Amino acid sequence: MTNNIYQFFFIYLYSIITLFLLAVIGDFVSISIFLSKNIFIYKNIFLYCFLYAVCFFAIRIIITNQVSNIFIFIISLALSYFLLINKEINAYQLLIIISVFIVFNLLLQKYFTAKNFSNFLFEVSFLKFLKTNSLIFFSFIIIFPFYLMFVSSLKSQMVLLQNPTDLSIPFFYSISDFFSSYIAVITQYNFLNFALNSTIVSFVTVFVSLFFSIPGAYAVARLRFAGRSKISSSILIIYMVPAIVLVIPLYVIFSQLGFRNSLFSLMIVYPATTIPVALYMLQGYFKGIPYELEESALIDGCSRVGVILRITLPLSVPAILSVSLYVFMIAWNEFLFAFMFLDNQEYFTIPRGLYTQLDDQEVPRQYLMAGSVMITVPVLLLFFIFERYLVGGLTAGSVKG
Amino acid sequence: MFNLNKEAKLAYTMLIPTISIVFLIILFPIFGNFWLSFKEVKLGDLRAPQPIIKEKLKTKDIEPGDDILIEYRFKNSSQKKPIFNIEITDKISKFISPVEIAEGCSVNNNLLSCYFEEWKPKYNEKIIFKFKANDNFEIDNFNPKESKPRGAADADNILTNLKFSLKNFQKILQKNETIENIKVTFLYSFFATIGALLLGISAALLLEKNFLGKGFFRGLFLFPFVSPVIAVAFTWVYILDPFKGFLNNYLLNNEFISEPIFFLGLKKVDFLGFDFPFTLFIVILFESWRYFPLAFLFILARLQAIPKDLYEASDIDGATRIQQFFYITLPQLLGVISLLFILRFIWNFNKFEDIFLLTGGNAGTRTLTVQVYDEAFALSNMGTASSVAVLIFILLAIFVFIHQKIAPKDIEE
Repeated sequence: MTNNIYQFFFIYLYSIITLFLLAVIGDFVSISIFLSKNIFIYKNIFLYCFLYAVCFFAIRIIITNQVSNIFIFIISLALSYFLLINKEINAYQLLIIISVFIVFNLLLQKYFTAKNFSNFLFEVSFLKFLKTNSLIFFSFIIIFPFYLMFVSSLKSQMVLLQNPTDLSIPFFYSISDFFSSYIAVITQYNFLNFALNSTIVSFVTVFVSLFFSIPGAYAVARLRFAGRSKISSSILIIYMVPAIVLVIPLYVIFSQLGFRNSLFSLMIVYPATTIPVALYMLQGYFKGIPYELEESALIDGCSRVGVILRITLPLSVPAILSVSLYVFMIAWNEFLFAFMFLDNQEYFTIPRGLYTQLDDQEVPRQYLMAGSVMITVPVLLLFFIFERYLVGGLTAGSVKG
Repeated sequence: MFNLNKEAKLAYTMLIPTISIVFLIILFPIFGNFWLSFKEVKLGDLRAPQPIIKEKLKTKDIEPGDDILIEYRFKNSSQKKPIFNIEITDKISKFISPVEIAEGCSVNNNLLSCYFEEWKPKYNEKIIFKFKANDNFEIDNFNPKESKPRGAADADNILTNLKFSLKNFQKILQKNETIENIKVTFLYSFFATIGALLLGISAALLLEKNFLGKGFFRGLFLFPFVSPVIAVAFTWVYILDPFKGFLNNYLLNNEFISEPIFFLGLKKVDFLGFDFPFTLFIVILFESWRYFPLAFLFILARLQAIPKDLYEASDIDGATRIQQFFYITLPQLLGVISLLFILRFIWNFNKFEDIFLLTGGNAGTRTLTVQVYDEAFALSNMGTASSVAVLIFILLAIFVFIHQKIAPKDIEE
């Protein structure tokens, strides 16, 4: 008897969460694809699910073999019809809900029709269901902001104001309308100049920090010298120094020296903040290279520098790649120093430019979103192409964020 | 022995560039920050007082032989401080020669140079210099402003003198705001860390087993972390906007709410009889969302390293999945979780951009880092700003000390 009550509540809970998620997704999908403004009324969801659970439960008691699948299908149809005549959802949402309901129920049936519906099976099926829904949930909370950013950047001001919940991609626009915000951001707000500055600063940062950290990392990883352990432990501490503690004195010093308002100031600060990370990531990798390789080269009369250039570096291309990407990402995304140091529009990096030029109530939101898309896309592209390296690097370097 | 020395020498040479840049850009500024915190420096003091010189031609229609009057205006840029040993040089046209010039000035090879001992604060004077146009005077080539006058002077620089005071600390500690900010910073760092860890653990558990599309989800889950903070913060601000935003409009359309919620502008909400810091909560959600990928990656790596036979053995003993999680998985993850907790806590403690971009520190979300910015640039007081930064630094030093104590010795794992 207790098992039956468990089952009932489980089915009830299961239906609520699934239906809720499906309705939300169905809403978004149908709104975005079919431009319908019909929105599911969530208030009644508990009622529907209760109804559903009762029917499901009744059938499960009567028939415990595979035939019940047909009944599930009929119940789903009946429920859908009931929802449809209330005109609270549209046909597309209905389609999605029914199909996914059936799939889920088949899955569920597999567990319920097992010989003994023990606590264990209950747990397994519960976890399964939790897992699927959690994957949907995680994907949703991650994709949604990015999707909204992208969709808003394509809209015109009027559409955005009239219907902020419209998530459709405006396919019916002409090409120039489609990208009008992007064109406006590039032509009116000097965006290309910002992008150029960001690119220069990021590449210089990558080169400088590699140039500095490769020999340093090699020394820490391989060479014996007094204070080695001190240096390798202090790398991590330096890594925790807050940027805000550095920014005020650096602002003062750079103002006095007269190069605060320039790209040069960023080109020395960014490498300094990324070198400890790069060094830490690289020395971990260097340590993993078999020392025998280097040793044999040393015995054969190769110098240390020769060993580094001929053996260590070619072997650590993946690590160097991941460090470069990571450093590039830090430099490209960096906001605080750019925000504090740069006054002159000519030198703005993208984050700085976005903040000053576009974050203003006067500026239409779609421009801001277009700018945001343009700063995000290069990073995400790089990330997707080199994901394998980056994930390795991120884990190895216990990366700062 | 000789070899060892050679090796050490090479190591030091290889490390010198790194050490020097870290020293210059990280350690020296930390020292500078302490230095500034004991000085009453205003934003305006960064520009050292200096002489300002302007010249103006007073005479029109010049013929050769005429007198030419040039007005020089001397000014001390500072309203408060005197400047000393002022030296001024100005190149003058070769077509004119001096007739009557101010005391302390002389002309040599078309170069006017002046020396003054002291200009008082607010010193501002117009002096007329009389020149005579030479016989070879050519009106077309005559340019009285041939060069910009240059001035140099000594002044007492507040940044480098040795006067110290504790007034900055007094000032910030007397502010009620500071104590409130410390509280907010702790709440924010603690709960954002917990949120990120919880999300990270759940995400890692979801992707523990291999399945089709796992790589895709792993890449997707890292999105919030690798995207530029400015883009994601702006998007969140836009979604949460009370009038134009998606969320409020969606809730309104569904009649969940009857009037828009100011997600980023509600300091306190009455919740079951106590004041719930609503906007702080939203900011914490944002932080958890943005930084869970890091926890996710670490925990996933650790999860996959747990020996499988532990699970097999417990299966035979009849343990359920939930028991397995609490008795096997969680204890195995405890090390990495505690490490992540302290790291994330410290990094959240240091965070400035996220809160600054979301709320600007309004609505009860002003952390210490935002206060540093406000003191420095809204109140133009570099001194108090650095003293708040010192406060952050001291609190952090305590955390790092704790971290060093509890962190496992080899972190590379």
